[in-house]
Amino acid sequence: MIVLEAVSHDFDGRPVLVEIDLALPERRIGIVGANGSGKSTFARLLNGLVLPKTGRVLVDGTDTRKDVKAIRRKVGFVFQNPDHQIVMPIVGEDLAFGLKARKIPKGEIDSRIDAALARYNLGHLRERPVHLLSGGEKQLVALSAVLVTDPEIVVFDEPTTLLDLRNRNRVAEAIEALPHPTLVVSHDLDLIAGFERVLMIEDGRVAADGLPDEVLPFYRERMQ
Amino acid sequence: MTIGLYHPGHSPLHRASAGAKVLALVAISLVLFLVPSTLVVFLSVPVAFAIYLSTGAPFRQLMAQLRGPAILLGLIFVFHLLFGSIDEGILAVARFATLILLASAVTLSTPISEMAELVEWLLRPLRPLGVNPEKVGLAIALAIRFVPLIAEEFRHIREAQAARGLAANPLALIVPLVIRTLKSADELADAIEARGYER
Repeated sequence: MIVLEAVSHDFDGRPVLVEIDLALPERRIGIVGANGSGKSTFARLLNGLVLPKTGRVLVDGTDTRKDVKAIRRKVGFVFQNPDHQIVMPIVGEDLAFGLKARKIPKGEIDSRIDAALARYNLGHLRERPVHLLSGGEKQLVALSAVLVTDPEIVVFDEPTTLLDLRNRNRVAEAIEALPHPTLVVSHDLDLIAGFERVLMIEDGRVAADGLPDEVLPFYRERMQ
Repeated sequence: MTIGLYHPGHSPLHRASAGAKVLALVAISLVLFLVPSTLVVFLSVPVAFAIYLSTGAPFRQLMAQLRGPAILLGLIFVFHLLFGSIDEGILAVARFATLILLASAVTLSTPISEMAELVEWLLRPLRPLGVNPEKVGLAIALAIRFVPLIAEEFRHIREAQAARGLAANPLALIVPLVIRTLKSADELADAIEARGYER
């Protein structure tokens, strides 16, 4: 479980998140907010990409500031733009990247890549150059590259923003089918409508927190 | 866009290790330039071409990749024509054509990760001097990964600036390209860290 205790953060003195106290035990949590509200920074706190200026973030009891390597192994992060996440030029090589960083033996790397790609019927793309994939394929490859490392929690930062409807649906189904505890930052309200909990971030604070049926109408109203 | 790099396949060249291929390439280069046999040089061109074709990449792609080197070979030939002799020009072109074909065959049949691993292995002795072989290997992979991304960004910016009547202004193309590339690099650095790469 992720817990935030009195977390505040700023960029060059400009407050981005202010005194956030939260426990996040639910399996599916959506995070909404206007552009610049602090929700992407919030997501980045959860796997130690951003360390809070004050307060602390605990993942299963471990402080992100104290053991960031362990946190990153535990919390997978899928970025908005897969082109900024996929490091290697070939699909299979990219999936191997995170495994090599974890010093997984070569033989095991191969079998784990096959299994990860098979999950979304992407096995035929293993030898394909990344720049030749469609947007949806890239996002699923980015997700596979995170899942292949076997994280316990997955955080998504606007995973469907750059996709057309067909690819958006593919990615939404993939997220829906994940057995992992999942936190999704999104402007795609349909994507998180079925989640167990939604947080609305506004001016760096949690302005609403509850069931989607309660928070999403409030959010829509605030956005008018 | 196609880039002249790895093409997946199962040819004998694909099965050979990156180290063996690069070593063979170096050895052949030495033979070509040190052995004074015209026959060897001329025979090497069709052999190299056959090896190039054996990678199994589509013929059209293979030919398209040779367009740039063909211009270079033409310039080498003209240079020899002006400052040397036709014989020297033909010999030089044959040597370079062989090397270009073989080097292309090596890159077509070798995944970037294997090439990066080879570079890492070769650089290991320099670790005491402060060289980090893993970082160099990663930098090579990233440079290659970024080529199509930057080309795509450039196309988008050119279209946007053309719509504003600024397509002929180099600054209007270069400044946003540099800014976007730096922003992408920042995000990629975040992603590399998020994926567990340890500095």
